[in-house]
Amino acid sequence: MEFDTIAAISTPMGEGAIAIVRLSGEEAFAIADRLFKGLGSKKLKDVPSHTIHYGHIIDPATGETAEEVMVSVMRGPKTFTKEDVVEINCHGGLVSVNRVLQLVLNQGARLAEPGEFTKRAFLNGRIDLSQAEAVIDLIRAKTDRAMNVALNQMDGRLSRLIRKLRQEILETLAHVEVNIDYPEYDDVEEMTHRMLLDKSRFVLKEIEKLLQTSQQGKILREGLSTVIVGRPNVGKSSLLNSLVHENKAIVTDIPGTTRDVIEEYVNVRGVPLRLLDTAGIRETEDIVERIGVERSRQVLKEADLILLVLNYSDDFTEEDRNLFRAVEGMDVIVIVNKTDLPQKLDMGEVKELASQYKIVTTSLKEDEGIDELEEAISSLFFSGSIEAGDMTYVSNSRHIALLNQAKNAIEEAISGVEMGTPIDIVQIDLTRSWELLGEIIGDSVHESLIDQLFSQFCLGK
Amino acid sequence: MPFEAGNYDVIVIGAGHAGSEASLAAARMGAKTLMITINLDMIAYMPCNPSIGGPAKGIVVREIDALGGEMGRNIDKTYIQMRMLNTGKGPAVRALRAQADKFAYQHEMKKTMENEPNLTMAQGMVEKLIIEDGVCTGVVTQTGAQYRSKTVVITTGTFLRGEIILGELKYSSGPNNQQPSIKLSEHLEELGLDLVRFKTGTPPRVHSDTIDYSKTEIQPGDDVPRAFSYETTKYITDQLPCWLTYTNEKTHELIDQNLHRSPMFSGMIKGTGPRYCPSIEDKVVRFNDKPRHQIFLEPEGRHTQEVYVQGLSTSLPEDVQHKLLRSIPALENAKMMRPGYAIEYDAVVPTQLWPTLETKKIKNLYTAGQINGTSGYEEAAGQGLMAGINAGRRALGKEEVILSRSDAYIGVMIDDLVTKGTSEPYRLLTSRAEYRLLLRHDNADLRLTGIGRELGLISDERYDSFLAKKAAIEAETKRLRNTIIKPSQQVQELIRSLGGSELKDGIRASDFIKRTEISYEHIKSLIPPETQLDPEVEEQVEIQIKYEGYIEKSLQQVDRLKKMEDKKIPENIDYDAITGIATEARHNLKTVRPLSIAQASRISGVNPADISILLVYIEQGRVARISNQ
Repeated sequence: MEFDTIAAISTPMGEGAIAIVRLSGEEAFAIADRLFKGLGSKKLKDVPSHTIHYGHIIDPATGETAEEVMVSVMRGPKTFTKEDVVEINCHGGLVSVNRVLQLVLNQGARLAEPGEFTKRAFLNGRIDLSQAEAVIDLIRAKTDRAMNVALNQMDGRLSRLIRKLRQEILETLAHVEVNIDYPEYDDVEEMTHRMLLDKSRFVLKEIEKLLQTSQQGKILREGLSTVIVGRPNVGKSSLLNSLVHENKAIVTDIPGTTRDVIEEYVNVRGVPLRLLDTAGIRETEDIVERIGVERSRQVLKEADLILLVLNYSDDFTEEDRNLFRAVEGMDVIVIVNKTDLPQKLDMGEVKELASQYKIVTTSLKEDEGIDELEEAISSLFFSGSIEAGDMTYVSNSRHIALLNQAKNAIEEAISGVEMGTPIDIVQIDLTRSWELLGEIIGDSVHESLIDQLFSQFCLGK
Repeated sequence: MPFEAGNYDVIVIGAGHAGSEASLAAARMGAKTLMITINLDMIAYMPCNPSIGGPAKGIVVREIDALGGEMGRNIDKTYIQMRMLNTGKGPAVRALRAQADKFAYQHEMKKTMENEPNLTMAQGMVEKLIIEDGVCTGVVTQTGAQYRSKTVVITTGTFLRGEIILGELKYSSGPNNQQPSIKLSEHLEELGLDLVRFKTGTPPRVHSDTIDYSKTEIQPGDDVPRAFSYETTKYITDQLPCWLTYTNEKTHELIDQNLHRSPMFSGMIKGTGPRYCPSIEDKVVRFNDKPRHQIFLEPEGRHTQEVYVQGLSTSLPEDVQHKLLRSIPALENAKMMRPGYAIEYDAVVPTQLWPTLETKKIKNLYTAGQINGTSGYEEAAGQGLMAGINAGRRALGKEEVILSRSDAYIGVMIDDLVTKGTSEPYRLLTSRAEYRLLLRHDNADLRLTGIGRELGLISDERYDSFLAKKAAIEAETKRLRNTIIKPSQQVQELIRSLGGSELKDGIRASDFIKRTEISYEHIKSLIPPETQLDPEVEEQVEIQIKYEGYIEKSLQQVDRLKKMEDKKIPENIDYDAITGIATEARHNLKTVRPLSIAQASRISGVNPADISILLVYIEQGRVARISNQ
């Protein structure tokens, strides 16, 4: 093997109770064996491939136990990188994971650069370009559902869609080519500007559809940015705490790590929420009051989801009304909190203002209404304006960039047609979009056009 | 008895379209050249269709001409009809096609070669090459004549172990019942060259007097005088038409009924035929929903009554061919003079060649034309020219010349052949060229005359007129960029009459001409140049300005590719020492031995991952380390 042994913490920092230190390379077993002490005396290099072993990582310099671990042993080439791989599963939090990594590096491994495992897999011929990119997303996937998106892509769902689209373009290209190479053949209809325009518009629409899903893919990967708004004392902090408490909160028990950052993510029934500016809520109790309605609008604009909290035991105020104005046109869930207290709120007025929104009544203090709230969040995400499930997401920035370029090329083809440019010249842009789509799935073989030509048309002398 | 028959710089075996270009190019560059062929009456013979040019191929003829080759000049002297194709489309795909007087074509080519002082012509059948330490140094003929040379070019067309198949009949033969070349083929195999079996075919010929032309549609030539060569000034005005008729259900039924007698389907033919040149039986079987197929009737010359039945290429038995002809309107009473037939032959797997067309295995040995797996006179001529140039230059101690994919269709073709190989007889198509807007019919001279001049194949007179044309194009382009067209009454009226939208302000003539409705003719009427310009200059100015956005885009692509072309792969690279490359990719890289990363990326089975690895290795200089070990 040509490559040296690399190592890194391959789980995202601060996310999840388990963190994994991964080693890859021909020294992987040897390095792990120098640090690992299992129950028996067996060395990791002697255990069967693809097995997992309980034990401890011992600092060879001091003899101290650094971490209690499960170690996975995978022998190449049936591994992600096609090299020997050891994965050390730690669960003691950031400090001990970092310590394990440090020990591994001390033993001669090199700290992997970002994405280097994938790059090795790629360089070892393990995966194609689009799969390699999906793997990167897979690693970063923050929820189960996002994991599905990444898996789908690995299975080639995106590839299949792109292939279908390319085939559509290819048939058009072949048609134009036949007109050029066999100008006298009357069997073949002459491609017209009209036909080319229709086809180009169709392709444009399909690409735009894929690009729209990229937005959703981004949400799945990065979380639905969510802002809790409401007057002081309506229960915003309680709401945050309830969401964090009820769900698998992504926190670490390492003191000194910034809680407001780590606590950003909560997973509500498969929907990752990224709670924006939560620190602000904690500190001042009222972001709207503090920065004013105009400023808060700016913050709100960037949100995917608004949780607007009202006080059941208080009158509906002008401030509440301003909040409704500020979030107009956005995805909003209205939460009427403190139903454990006597009603003062005019629900008629609330229902009128919130006619387009889902209203949930809660008593966060009594733990009531949380289920309904979670249901509202997940149904908004999965069945509402944001589709999920069977859709294929484009969730990778390189893919999105290529799709955008392909879209530009198609748009240029359309404007060329509209300007009356000869078809064989417009075709340059159409071909370009075909090639760009091919780059997404790592396939730009020109020969397929000629194959298409002869399978689609009857030609020859 | 073997005997010494002479010493030359270059020997060319064969005198078809590749051989004639190769020998003329080498001789004209100053190399003492011998052309040796089985039959001197077969020089530049057209065994199949009597035409030259067409989409892509016509552009190749222009390229050959711009490089100083002969095909363009020769067809300009001998055509019976000339047409510009794709005139309704963009400038990139326009192409000339000529119907040839195939006998006159041969006659003219032979005359030109006979008049070439540096060129010796000899009849004989080469059976062996003289190889010394892996270097080719001459040839030996059937009669024992040993000719010595510095380089050798083989252009044997379909003669190598040729076999004609006609219905149930199969016999050893070159095209049109010429003597096949059997021993040379065996010898090449002994030398370790990989050969592949290809197949092609030709339709029957009928007697013109027995055709009922009233049942056909006439296909006349263009009224506008046109020529392939940039040197041609005399045009043939007396043109002959072609004629169009169709097959019908009766024809197709006959084919169906006799399919079991077709060597194509009985398994008698083993060679791979070209998809773009299918036999009629192939067309009927593969596209059985088509009610009819076009049949073009093309005269084979001015002084013959033979007519080529284009579209009816077949290897069905002769009696079936008679019946097929009789089922076709206009040919009911046609007398068949020669039956169609299929021919199988050996070709060299072209990935065994460097882009100079020299074989990798044997130094100073070049191959060109159909032997390299191509099909078509123009493809053969283009390769012949390049092989002749490179064999000549090697003999004269000069550097090799390789045309890139953005230089010429010839470059596209040779790169395809040596990089990807071919699984069927290779034909040039416009879709094979990724920069076809740059590789136009009209600018072949601008692209290649400079190279032809450096090679010593372009005369002073021609070069001067080329430079003058170039200067005129530049001057006129500059004038249009610097002249403002004002929204005068005359201008607005012109625009209105053409259905465009009127000018609001003055506009540069170079921007005005970009409007769809405006042509150079209009510009000329509004702001006439000081002196009347050559129509070719006007055409260049118009195309270059009108499509400059698209041309610019293509040039940017070429630039991007150039970076990859410039990443050279060390010649001594050891692909076995590079881990991680997929098995198929490794195998193909070892076969092709690409000169650059760009070429490597075009090899089939080499995917981006492999290129990435290759790049990593080359970038890190590991290759050097590996090859030093």
